[in-house]
Amino acid sequence: MTTCDSNLAAPHPLRTASTFFYRRPSLAVYLLLVPPLLWFGTVYLGSLFALLAQSFYAIDEYTATIVRRVTLATYAQLFTQPANLDIVLRTTQMAIAVTIVAAVMAFPLANFMARHARGRVKAFFYVAVMLPMWTSYLVKVYAWRLILAKEGILSWCLSALGLDGILEAVLRTPGIGGPSLSSSYLGMFIVFVYMWLPFMVLPIAAALERVPASLLAASADLGATPSQTFWRVTLPLALPGVAAGSIFTFSLTLGDYIIPSVVGAPGYFIGMMVYQQQGTAGNIPLAAAFSVVPIVLIGIYLALARRAGAFDAL
Amino acid sequence: MTAAIEFRDVRRVFGAIVAVNRVSFAIEPGEFFSMLGPSGSGKTTCLRLIAGFELPDGGEVRLDGIDVSATPPYGRNVNTVFQDYALFPHMSVLDNVTYGLRVRRVPAAECRRQGEEMLALVKLEDTGARRPVQLSGGQKQRVALARALVNRPKVLLLDEPLGALDLKLREEMQLELRSLQRRLGITFVYVTHDQGEALSMSDRVAVFNSGRIEQLDSPQSLYNRPRTAFVARFVGGANVIDGHYAVRAEHIAVADAGAPVPAGAMRVAGTILDTQYHGAVRRWQVRTDDDQLITATRPEGDAAPAGREPGTRVALIWARASQSPLTAD
Repeated sequence: MTTCDSNLAAPHPLRTASTFFYRRPSLAVYLLLVPPLLWFGTVYLGSLFALLAQSFYAIDEYTATIVRRVTLATYAQLFTQPANLDIVLRTTQMAIAVTIVAAVMAFPLANFMARHARGRVKAFFYVAVMLPMWTSYLVKVYAWRLILAKEGILSWCLSALGLDGILEAVLRTPGIGGPSLSSSYLGMFIVFVYMWLPFMVLPIAAALERVPASLLAASADLGATPSQTFWRVTLPLALPGVAAGSIFTFSLTLGDYIIPSVVGAPGYFIGMMVYQQQGTAGNIPLAAAFSVVPIVLIGIYLALARRAGAFDAL
Repeated sequence: MTAAIEFRDVRRVFGAIVAVNRVSFAIEPGEFFSMLGPSGSGKTTCLRLIAGFELPDGGEVRLDGIDVSATPPYGRNVNTVFQDYALFPHMSVLDNVTYGLRVRRVPAAECRRQGEEMLALVKLEDTGARRPVQLSGGQKQRVALARALVNRPKVLLLDEPLGALDLKLREEMQLELRSLQRRLGITFVYVTHDQGEALSMSDRVAVFNSGRIEQLDSPQSLYNRPRTAFVARFVGGANVIDGHYAVRAEHIAVADAGAPVPAGAMRVAGTILDTQYHGAVRRWQVRTDDDQLITATRPEGDAAPAGREPGTRVALIWARASQSPLTAD
């Protein structure tokens, strides 16, 4: 009893502070918001705007120094030189292809994980999807280079099965083929899809987890066949997840420079160009202009997704 | 006349749990049929078996005389009002209501006309353009009803449809559902755990307990002539005396321990355990000397002298005529 009394008489300072914040819940919320806002605002948004500003400068071709005067010359260089435009188009096409295939592959998996798997099976699938992310990115890329190499395990397996004719036919296809899978756009595409698939599966699974089973029952009850239920109820309600996942796969593909330099055909990608321009070439304005391209593309993509109603279910 | 719905020896098992255990019954066309029971008694599983969300592990489910035991929900002329309403959040109210028509490829203009007609039927004419999130609980309930009725089902299934509404709204909706059912003349199958709701709305009530039907009867018979102790307690809130007789709480008087026994009356001595004030009535819990728990309710102000605190010795008295024998097992 005496301890109780003394507590009442002279509360512990920590307790006083706790009570102070308990009575002012919004103050606590805002105080906790300061570190992430500082980080996000200064470090992230600040450098983003610095980058954006850099892209409006240009490099003096004779002195190789940056002229700090606002100009659109760098963007003109980006969009008028066919080589640069090729890089933008090549990267965008790859990002679109990777996103579409990742979404198509991820959906059935996410659907199973969210709606059918229970208990241990469910835990196993979630861990299995995330497991590749526990391994070093570089190790995985180089492993894929070996898997896809001319003398690699994949071509060995295919020839053991007598399917090497198919591989050769695929590699002869112009645009995606090459001397071997590891030096073709198809090989690069396979590695991209492998790398980013978890980033598509998890948001879709999260979106599907939130769809009440009664909505699907109601759809069937009202006469919809399973495919009608999928197109009219399941997919629209999972679209925010698909949109989130595709932002990951799209932007990761647009920005990556390691996969295109380790696996695939010799053509440059945006990420490699940024790396080279701000590194060896020292052309920071052009590197910045290249980095703005993915930001703009993502913006356009989000606007289109919004117009298509992808976020109506939010 | 062919039964609208018929269960023949239906079983449904989930792992080790027998949810529906060899249940047989028939529902007449146009009947307001309730399935009443505590949670886990099998009533909702029976509803889902009619809708087609569950398929029986044994026996037959017949709709209009046709065995539908293997027919999926989209092949049955039956519609459901869900407990959580299950409105599609990404569609407008009108699109929700016309969903059943649109999946059957009814032309858009016709969908719109019938959808608006259904919204008028549930008195929600002006809400067609809204989203479900913008509606109140009662309005969502009506949209769910309109959406289920748009396909002109022969049978409407209602899964605790009023459970989430407050008391006043629930009573209004009970009256409205009943009058709607009379006007449309379709079969209603109504699942509830609220015995008052089941008794006041239904033509017949099936009382479920552990996967079986304990008694299937008119509300009057269930209340006045319960066949089992479970029905007597669950439906009438009645006392079961010695396992053989049901006596309703309002028929039992609480008297002083030494009170004389009138002719034709039963008398049991006991001790008051607790007493509660319920507004119109006062409720007494008494433990009898042979260790039975008996509840008595008396109108407020009637024979409730002060001093009858918990622990007081009393006599419980009721007329022999108010005893109703439990006929089953």
